[in-house]
Amino acid sequence: MSSTTFGAHAHDDAHAHGHGHSAGFLRTYVFSLDHKVIGIQFLFSTLLWFVVGGLLALAVRWQLAWPWSNMPIVGARLFAGEGGQISPEFYTMLFTMHASIMIFFVIIPILAGAFGNFLIPLMIGADDMAFPTLNMLSYWFMWPAFICMIISFFVPGGAAAAGWTGYPPLSAVDSAAPASLNGQTYWLIGLIFVGISSMMGSVNYMTTIIQMRAPGMTMFRLPMTIWAMFITAVLQAFALPVLTAALFMQVLDRVLHTGFFVPEGLIVNNATAGPGGGQPLLWQHLFWFYSHPAVYIMILPAMGMVSDMISCFARKPLFGYKPMVYSIAGIAGLGFIVWGHHMFMSGMNPALGMTFMVSTMMIALPSAIKTFNWLGTIWGGKLQFTAPMLFALSFVSMFIIGGLSGIFMAATPVDVFIHDTYFIVAHIHYVLFGGTAFGVFGGIYFWFPKMFGRMMNEFWGKVHFFFSFIFFNGTFYLMHIIGAGGFPRRLADPYHYETFAHLQGVNQFISICAFGMGAAQIIFAANFIYSIFMGPKCGRNPWHANSLEWFAPSPPGHGNFDMQPIVYRGPYEYGSPEVQSDYYPQTQAPPEGYIAPKPAH
Amino acid sequence: MGKFWSILFLMVPVLGIALFFWAPSAGYWLPRDNSVHGYQIDHLFNFILVLTGVVFAATEGALFWFVWRYDAATNRDPIKFTHGSHNLEVIWTILPAATLLFIAIYQMNAWADVKMRVPKNLPPTVEVTARQFEWRLRYPGPDGKLGTMDDIHHVNDMHLPAGEEVLIELKSMDVLHDLFLPHLRVKQDAVPGMSIPVWFRAKDVGTFDLVCAELCGWGHYKMKGRATIQSRAEYDKWLEEMAVAQAATQEPEKEEE
Repeated sequence: MSSTTFGAHAHDDAHAHGHGHSAGFLRTYVFSLDHKVIGIQFLFSTLLWFVVGGLLALAVRWQLAWPWSNMPIVGARLFAGEGGQISPEFYTMLFTMHASIMIFFVIIPILAGAFGNFLIPLMIGADDMAFPTLNMLSYWFMWPAFICMIISFFVPGGAAAAGWTGYPPLSAVDSAAPASLNGQTYWLIGLIFVGISSMMGSVNYMTTIIQMRAPGMTMFRLPMTIWAMFITAVLQAFALPVLTAALFMQVLDRVLHTGFFVPEGLIVNNATAGPGGGQPLLWQHLFWFYSHPAVYIMILPAMGMVSDMISCFARKPLFGYKPMVYSIAGIAGLGFIVWGHHMFMSGMNPALGMTFMVSTMMIALPSAIKTFNWLGTIWGGKLQFTAPMLFALSFVSMFIIGGLSGIFMAATPVDVFIHDTYFIVAHIHYVLFGGTAFGVFGGIYFWFPKMFGRMMNEFWGKVHFFFSFIFFNGTFYLMHIIGAGGFPRRLADPYHYETFAHLQGVNQFISICAFGMGAAQIIFAANFIYSIFMGPKCGRNPWHANSLEWFAPSPPGHGNFDMQPIVYRGPYEYGSPEVQSDYYPQTQAPPEGYIAPKPAH
Repeated sequence: MGKFWSILFLMVPVLGIALFFWAPSAGYWLPRDNSVHGYQIDHLFNFILVLTGVVFAATEGALFWFVWRYDAATNRDPIKFTHGSHNLEVIWTILPAATLLFIAIYQMNAWADVKMRVPKNLPPTVEVTARQFEWRLRYPGPDGKLGTMDDIHHVNDMHLPAGEEVLIELKSMDVLHDLFLPHLRVKQDAVPGMSIPVWFRAKDVGTFDLVCAELCGWGHYKMKGRATIQSRAEYDKWLEEMAVAQAATQEPEKEEE
């Protein structure tokens, strides 16, 4: 296999040189087949959606802190009809679209689409993806989804407002949700396109990682990022068809009144709704069969990236490489049999709930193993506190909180109380913001030099980290406390309940922190944009890292490598006694006459 | 700067744990438990809180210490060149696995009590039918049977007797709702097409919030009810008054549904 890769590469190199001059702007930057351009396209698109999703969240926070009060600046323009206030319909739309955008248009595509695309060929020593055209399509199939989402904001009734989980019958029966008419249909079609895009990416990533590795790059010499991307791709491939089927069924329910999810005898708004014959719980099973593995799709690649950053900036080999790989595989495997823990209170057979509880408890184990190994990696190293390292360390710190709080809701009796409260909101944000988003920020600071050939500003990177970290914890940590108070999710005004009236002060504090966290991202945006054009130019390997992408020029040209990389060892040989320098690139040949010691087993 | 960043990471466990000590005393905690089964849930919550608290302190503490101790700017020792430790991996696989398995088994009984052991031979106290955006209640009338002409209908104000096992038949007319009684440690989705039993025993008399905890549309936030827990005598009196009032206002007409 290695010889064919070599041959293909040599061929492509020649091809690339001939190609470089003739390619027009459209082929180079828009409909590009180059994995790096596609990755950066994904990165820009998802970062823009990140802004949209973030602003929606801030609007939610405004309402929760000062319900029914005029929203400053934008209120008068947006809600003229309500005298500048958020209406309850609009509020349900806000949190629905915040979650939908963040999950399906930011986190999943930024990890798999942006980092997966950019890093996989570079880190395995390939000149491009196995299927470049499919790769390009995987990006351009996001655009119908983008357009559906944008249109949905402007259709009568507004965008989807049935929660990001889209539970029927609320989502399936028009008259049930005056705030979500055709918006919900656009939402469903948008998600189908995201699914198609993900599936194209997934097939491509699996094939590329299996078939296109450079000579010497065995599976157990792959960086953790690639392992995580590989297992994520497998998860996508097996779980996505189920979601796609469910989405189509709900579209049919809405458009043709098929009644897959709508039971008989429904009386909505004093009118009967459709012929019935369906089951609302069916949707929940199908939806979570995908969307629980999707939680791992949203965290595993970040775990991989963080492992690479931590090892690099601890200047020390990753602790327990193989246990790390096996625990990712363990998470993926168990990930398929825990979806029912979203449904403990749903009316599902409680005995079934108990079996899901046991599997859910056990999935905490591989996460614990990973955490211990990250701690083992920084133990006894020489830590360099760069911006990516700070984000990577904070990933570990925040993931510990998100992981531990998961045990509360896995415990079914406790879930009776905290289900659908802010405890859950705290948990998911510790995992997906404190975890994934911090991992992504770290990843951007880390691989930015490879993407654009320039460095981001370290000082402002640290300032960005500091404020994000402080305000993130100010925002989400207290949600555990109000969640313990029973404070429910998705209520436009919870304070008219006596039980929750005293929590408004805490919510105002949370909202102020959330606005601070939003403002801190301006630092990042400025640093990012400025550095693309004006950042100091860097060499191939500014961080003195080992893995193959640093062997390529910054930024790599078409075809990636100017010399065929040959891999001699794993990517984590920092501080190896074999060499003088504190890093030992995968491509560096062993010293003359050096005989590798036999592994001690 | 290494010291600065390590202090920042140290703040996570220090403030994090301090907050959990402060919150209950400041009144931010689980609402008072007024149910007989609730102590099991609260106990389990506290048990997991202590357990995860210890793990939290240990792992975040280790993170702080390693960041403090192994700062490249101050650490003069060579790095510990190791690829891992088989023994450590075994230890930190088996210990958490055993702990998690213990928690899993430890809670099974409480779960069975609140969701699986449906009281036998107990007639439903009240049938609750959720709809956008109210709770419709139906009590058996003087004949003691649900689904007859003399059923007592009421909305949002759920009267229940204290100290006895009550059984609610939970239904929904339109979309998903969720019957959430924070003080009674009760939560159950109402699903159209299903009739789900919910049972509990309230301790003291009083009035408690009834919250809809499953998104049910734009008016979800205002789907507010209350549970009025009364002594048996007062409860019977209320039922009687309701029956009389209803009979007086109602012409004999076709039964609803």
